[in-house]
Amino acid sequence: MSDLKPVTPLGGETARVDTIGGLTILENPDWALASLSARQDHDAEAAESAKDFLGFDLPEVGAMAVGDVFSAFWIGPRSWMVAASHDDHELLVAEMKIALKCAASVVEQTDGWCRFDVAGAAAFDLIERSCAASVRAMLAGQVVHTTIHHTGCFLIRDDGGWSVLGPRSSAGSLHHALVTAAHSVA
Amino acid sequence: MIINHPILGPRDAQEFTYLGDANLIDRPDWRAENAIKAFHDYLHLRDNPAGEHRELWFHEQGDRSWLVVTRDTLTHEITSVELARDVARERGRGK
Repeated sequence: MSDLKPVTPLGGETARVDTIGGLTILENPDWALASLSARQDHDAEAAESAKDFLGFDLPEVGAMAVGDVFSAFWIGPRSWMVAASHDDHELLVAEMKIALKCAASVVEQTDGWCRFDVAGAAAFDLIERSCAASVRAMLAGQVVHTTIHHTGCFLIRDDGGWSVLGPRSSAGSLHHALVTAAHSVA
Repeated sequence: MIINHPILGPRDAQEFTYLGDANLIDRPDWRAENAIKAFHDYLHLRDNPAGEHRELWFHEQGDRSWLVVTRDTLTHEITSVELARDVARERGRGK
């Protein structure tokens, strides 16, 4: 049998951490992700089942909700991304399909995305230079889909800083863009 | 150009891609007797107005929703933006 080893989106055995001035860019591969889309005419049923499963209401437009185990953010009309610890919920999709039955379509997203957590005093400046989103107007718990380095990304603002979710296949380019911007603002 | 997204508010047109005339929503019935002519017209014939035009835009770098945008082709003034889903349902589509 092949000796398979998991690698991070940047190809390392451990997550990459870049410290540039007072900024930290942390590759964060420890998330299981699944998208949830309410099926036609099953919105109420999907919302109710999702609440039972997640422990909180599905968030409103442009928002993220965080519970003890799961978090979820809005990605489009009647669609959300659900996240949980990969170590504890590697089979997140299977769990959600059981909970939501036919009310929603649940699709595996875990290895489709890379995630970089950006923290530090100049984090606002870094993100502001990287995309066209109204970064200064965003409050903790808000999420926007925007373009960074010609790549469609989710930008999440939380209390500690920012998280950028981009396509895993573009992890290297996205990381390059963030590090380059960090050097110019740090 | 700014498109006033019905869910997300004003967004830069760069986030969107343009498809074309909103009449593309009215796909003909393939079972109709005149289906061949109807599909010919649906596929090839477009009005090209100098003025108000209803058109489909896709919010690709955003929430991935399809919109019906009413735009003046002379001034680029946008007078109305609706979710294409709502427009299609009003016309009896999406069953």
